[in-house]
Amino acid sequence: MTKPAGSSFKGWLYGSGVMVLCVWVLLPIGLIGLGAFGGRPAVYQWPKTLMPASLSLDQLAVFLKIEGVWNAALNSVLAASMTMIMALLLGAPAGYALARFSFPGATLFRLMILLTRAFPLAILALPLTVLFIRAGLYDTAFGVSLVHTALALPFAAMITASLFAGIPRELEEAAWVFGCTRWQAFVKVVLPLALPGMAAAAIFAFVISWNEVFAASVLTVQQRTLTAYLLTVLSESPLHYRFAGGFILIVPSVVFIFAVRRYLFALWGVTSR
Amino acid sequence: MAAITIEGVSKRFGTAMALEQLDLTVADGEFVALLGPSGCGKTTLLRIIAGLETRSSGRVLIGDRDVSDLPPAERGLAMVFQNYAVFPHLTVFENVAFGLRMQKRDEETVQRQVKRAADLLQIVPYLERYPAKLSGGQRQRVAVARALAVEPAVLLMDEPLSNLDALLRLEMRAELKSVLKEAGTTTLYVTHDQTEAMGLADRIALMHKGVIEQIDTPTLIYSRPSSTFVGGFVGSPPMNFLNMTATGGMLACEGLSMRLAHEGPVMVGFRGEDVNLVAASEGLAFEVKVIEPMGSHQLLTGLVKGERVRVVASPQEVIARGMTLGLQFDAARVVVMDPQTGKAL
Repeated sequence: MTKPAGSSFKGWLYGSGVMVLCVWVLLPIGLIGLGAFGGRPAVYQWPKTLMPASLSLDQLAVFLKIEGVWNAALNSVLAASMTMIMALLLGAPAGYALARFSFPGATLFRLMILLTRAFPLAILALPLTVLFIRAGLYDTAFGVSLVHTALALPFAAMITASLFAGIPRELEEAAWVFGCTRWQAFVKVVLPLALPGMAAAAIFAFVISWNEVFAASVLTVQQRTLTAYLLTVLSESPLHYRFAGGFILIVPSVVFIFAVRRYLFALWGVTSR
Repeated sequence: MAAITIEGVSKRFGTAMALEQLDLTVADGEFVALLGPSGCGKTTLLRIIAGLETRSSGRVLIGDRDVSDLPPAERGLAMVFQNYAVFPHLTVFENVAFGLRMQKRDEETVQRQVKRAADLLQIVPYLERYPAKLSGGQRQRVAVARALAVEPAVLLMDEPLSNLDALLRLEMRAELKSVLKEAGTTTLYVTHDQTEAMGLADRIALMHKGVIEQIDTPTLIYSRPSSTFVGGFVGSPPMNFLNMTATGGMLACEGLSMRLAHEGPVMVGFRGEDVNLVAASEGLAFEVKVIEPMGSHQLLTGLVKGERVRVVASPQEVIARGMTLGLQFDAARVVVMDPQTGKAL
């Protein structure tokens, strides 16, 4: 983006757009943080202050002692980890094929990948539940991770495709000429160069699973993931405990996404390398 | 060390013929340059030899081995790519050692061979650095060292100097020649730059539209082109061609008289520096239109019987625009072409 001229209308529009987006994202996070650390007074106080009158970790401590929270967190980590692995194992080869080979229907394939996101999960929920009960996958972290993989796969394929496309073909050809098989060339040359981006794609898949609540709620009863568990437990709790729970939920995603932001931009063709 | 033999190799891209029934032999230890305009198929041919491109028909032999259907790894060759293709995640040392490590050579051999290639290309000070910290010329050296470290039977080079600036290119050219002569590797070198081909190669294979027009030493390619295309492509200025008619076993005009076993219209080709400039009455009339002083010589552009001709004159000669001079030819340095086919008679 070019430097916006301060006086021009375009610059003003750009600046205010940035402001609106920042407020849109940061205000809710700020309010959640305020409620999580400030306790009951901060939640009901009006007008809001930037910092709560008294900081305390009581809400967070109480929240972490709620029965089943740790088990739900474990389920979340399990489901997210499996999602991460499956999304990458399936998505990276698809991304490699999209980046390296021109096959008939490549454009259609690219489109179809994105179209998987066009089906609302709500429509699929009931048939999926029936199917999962029959297959014995209902109420397991693995079952949840299967659905989450379907959600994360398009992103994994598209991110890795742009990663692989950014690695010159000649590097692979050089590896072949100097004694590598296709697979060896991939492992010795392509993979090391793609690894940081692959890690980003993996973390993105992890975050998608970690944040997802609908499928997780529908497909589990006892073995709930953290999001699904909080939805049921916290709907009855006082506001400041809900804020504490929300805060603990969003922190990992925000930290992860912040860590890999550079590679996610590559998805939209904005490369910073 | 081994020779490269290409027998009847063709390549089709859809309906377009990129290479047509091409034959070429590069002798053991020889340096052959594939020269031609862009799109003539020279890079395609090189990639077929390397195994990076499939061929539609024909055979490729390295030494006595038919490698036509082998993957690149098993062909026993090394290659230098146009954009160097130096691995960015490996140090210069590991880059140069890459081929040796793939061959599972013992550590001592790896150290020794890398050291030797690095010495030859003068990259010893950079061995522990990563390629991102190197200049284009240094990366080029790494790419060549990587290729030479495996002591390949055959070395393929795809426009290796085209990404360097002019001064560096001149320097690397001379260095490359001495390094490759020392190593004695059979080399096939693709380029579109005729000075590179002339300067480096033992023989030049001049390609045009998927066929080899002529393969000869640089001197013969320059002085005895086999077609009007070769004469027009090689040399700066390109060869001049004049339409004449041969009668009674002789080709004659002012300033030229030679025996010719051909009757009828012919094209007479001559190099700008191969004519003597004499008084207008003693040779073929040449009307000077443009004079370009080049330092080492003067380049004269003018008309002979309405056809454009470029002639080289010594810098001492006093010539003015609009003057009419005479051209005197040396029959031994003139080539005669068929005006229909463009081939030498």
